[in-house]
Amino acid sequence: MSSQHLDRKTYVLLASMVFFGSLGNVLLSKGMKQIGEILDPSPMALVSVFVKTFTNGFIWLGISSLLVFFVSYLLLLSWADFSYVQPASAIGYALVAVLGYFMLGESISLTRWAGVLTICGGVALVGRTEPRTTGD
Amino acid sequence: MRLVLFIAIIVLCGTAGDIAVSHAMKQIGEVHPLTPAVILGVLARAFRMRWMWIGIGLEAVGFFSLLALLSWADVSVVVPATALSYVTGACGAKFLLNEKVAPLRWAGVLLVCLGVALISIS
Repeated sequence: MSSQHLDRKTYVLLASMVFFGSLGNVLLSKGMKQIGEILDPSPMALVSVFVKTFTNGFIWLGISSLLVFFVSYLLLLSWADFSYVQPASAIGYALVAVLGYFMLGESISLTRWAGVLTICGGVALVGRTEPRTTGD
Repeated sequence: MRLVLFIAIIVLCGTAGDIAVSHAMKQIGEVHPLTPAVILGVLARAFRMRWMWIGIGLEAVGFFSLLALLSWADVSVVVPATALSYVTGACGAKFLLNEKVAPLRWAGVLLVCLGVALISIS
């Protein structure tokens, strides 16, 4: 397996992880906000929240996205370092901020944007290291 | 305080779960080629491994804590805060999975932490 081919596989699966992971979190957030804050911890109220959660379309779309994310993640971990995959996938924070801003109408301050950019700088450094440092 | 507790549970259970899942996938070795038949075969094999289920169990605890937290906190605060798992993840990878975490990779992890600090100030 050439390292160039390995790199391409690595980038394709990283992109899939980032896209479906971020989309899944935003969809779950949208679904849970429709259900509202869980204030009453009584068993009947929790059953009602459970039923509402698992009959919500956004929750199911979110779970489906996270399943695609998880399979991509498993395949990637079969050859790439966890200490490479985990930080490299942090590029998703930028996507989450942008999706939260456009889909949920959340406000994002300048400081928070600066944090997102710093995280991206960290990801760029990690991206310059070898994806695999353990032997076969 | 409730926010901090939830984030601690999400980070610690998530990292331990990820390390266990990573250990299982490393035992399987590089998946190639990435065709549906090969992928299904690998998944069938992966889900018969003990470390996979230990990892998924821990990740599930982290995931349901995240689900509960997202019902009352902003996604653009919650998700970046869980980036604390970068430090615990790099340590776990180095000491438990024997990966070589180069200085450049550590620098990247530290930048990510700085980014998290910036996000929590705002």
